[in-house]
Amino acid sequence: MTEEAAAVRTGGHKAAPPSLLTRYGSQMGIVGVGFAMWLAFVIAAPRVFTDVDIYLAFAETTPLFGIVALSLTFVVITGEIDLSFPSVMALGTAIFCLVTYYGGAPWWLGLIAAGLTGVACGLLNGFLVASLNIPSLVITIGTQFLFRGLELVLMNGTGVPLLVDKYPQMHTLLREPLFGVPVQTLWMIGILIVEWLLLNRTRFGAHVFLVGDNQTSARLMGVNAGRVKIKAFVLVGVTAVFCGLLSSIYGYYFWPSTGDGSLLNTIASVFLGGTSVFGGTGSVIGTFVAAFIIGAINAGIVSAGVNAFYTQLAFGLVIVVSVVLQTLIDRRIRRQSLTGK
Amino acid sequence: MTQSASPGAEAPPVMELRNVSKTFGEVRSLAGVDFQVNPREIVGLLGDNGAGKSTLIKVVMGFYSPDSGGEIYFHGMRVHDWSVARARSLGIETVYQERALCEKQPIWRNMFMGRELRNRFGLLDVAAMRNECSRLMSEHMGFTSAAVHPDNVVATMSGGEKQGVAITRALHFEAELVILDEPTMGLSLSETKKTLDFVRSIKAAGKSAIFIDHNIFNIYPVVDRLYVLDRGKVAGVFNRADITMDQLIERLYHVARTGSMELPS
Repeated sequence: MTEEAAAVRTGGHKAAPPSLLTRYGSQMGIVGVGFAMWLAFVIAAPRVFTDVDIYLAFAETTPLFGIVALSLTFVVITGEIDLSFPSVMALGTAIFCLVTYYGGAPWWLGLIAAGLTGVACGLLNGFLVASLNIPSLVITIGTQFLFRGLELVLMNGTGVPLLVDKYPQMHTLLREPLFGVPVQTLWMIGILIVEWLLLNRTRFGAHVFLVGDNQTSARLMGVNAGRVKIKAFVLVGVTAVFCGLLSSIYGYYFWPSTGDGSLLNTIASVFLGGTSVFGGTGSVIGTFVAAFIIGAINAGIVSAGVNAFYTQLAFGLVIVVSVVLQTLIDRRIRRQSLTGK
Repeated sequence: MTQSASPGAEAPPVMELRNVSKTFGEVRSLAGVDFQVNPREIVGLLGDNGAGKSTLIKVVMGFYSPDSGGEIYFHGMRVHDWSVARARSLGIETVYQERALCEKQPIWRNMFMGRELRNRFGLLDVAAMRNECSRLMSEHMGFTSAAVHPDNVVATMSGGEKQGVAITRALHFEAELVILDEPTMGLSLSETKKTLDFVRSIKAAGKSAIFIDHNIFNIYPVVDRLYVLDRGKVAGVFNRADITMDQLIERLYHVARTGSMELPS
């Protein structure tokens, strides 16, 4: 075995791996952008950005949308998009409240019911996109209103207090810092590790890349493209519910409008993280880093004394610029493909 | 059980299609095709563009299911739930005309597409796939250039190199039946020769192959039997031993003009 490997290495086969820049260029770019932005904030608001409190604040609030961005990365790599997750965040949390607050069931039963709600929403999205071949951009706008409407009807538009006295376990799991570290970020790191393994070390993950790159080729090689997409949508559904619970417990209250305003941050994180809007390439680590950059933009703009309306401008700019860059890179790859070099 | 598995006769065909038709909307791509591949046999498939060659092999491969009434047999056994995954698990591999590669992915991912190697924990064994890919590339594809590494994305390779990946992939899984759909298209002379040698090596290894090509000069020297398709029908079946290349060419011209294989006496 080792002999054979050695023979391969010496037997005239001196192929060099692609350079680090080619392989990790986009990730290094994101880290660079993040670092530059951090410097800008430190200069603009030195008192805020040299204090540890601002970083603790990032660490508590970024995962509220960053975790679902990790899962959304899978869907975007398959070449689809899910715009319905903000409503799934609310619907899943509403089911949790109905089961525990109004139904009197224990918290864990509520968690199971909420999780199943996420699975059901993901299955519906996946079925519409993969089995009926409806463009995901359009149909998930539809299901976004559908899920939101269902939640508002179920809750009759009212909220539910989620105080420590009534939900001590939920607060331990989702709110209390662990050894001084915000538990939200620990969850995000844990989910990052699981989803990195899922994307890079399982057949499902391998098929996510193949389906997004060239669905026909993948199907010719026996990959069930529809099932891969449905699984990716289910992943988003479940993590969206988790984010809904995380943000509601964080605010001690379930607002019927939960999830509103998370759409832009989440999508910006995925695209800034280097995941291609054309499908086939992407990285959960990129999304993870980008989510914290997006979180920092939010806090940075406010504490630098700039009008908060600028945050929306900044996120819009991030999405447009990163997608334009991806398009240019994609074109270059295609030109290489035509010429062979 | 089946007619083909008659007792006492030689082994049943590796693959057999009976009365297979395939309709896409109003277009009938295949009409009542009977087709078989015997063990250790290289079968050629000739026909004009649109004759149904690619449709036929996509039915064999399980990508399309035949219209009702069509039957598929594998080693004499009727199969009903035929799919690409099933066909590949039974040892049928295809080198597609369109190559079926994912160009933004590294070579190793393409090599193990749909058949990824896993370790005992059920996780992908990426190191093993990279090493195996590297070995296959140097042993079978003869890559010595410093430009090609298992981590290179396919989009950066030349047409011949891409074809090399597609062929090596089919070869790697020790297929019992290899289907090559226009494998020499866009290849240089030396690459074409290599591909034809590969087809011969399939038979030497005791396996079977279906070889589809436009070019009769490529097909004729390597096949045992030849099917000529015309407008979705089998226009004729020949043993190579019974027909010279000139006779075959004459008949092919005749088919193109009249749709019939039989020469007027």
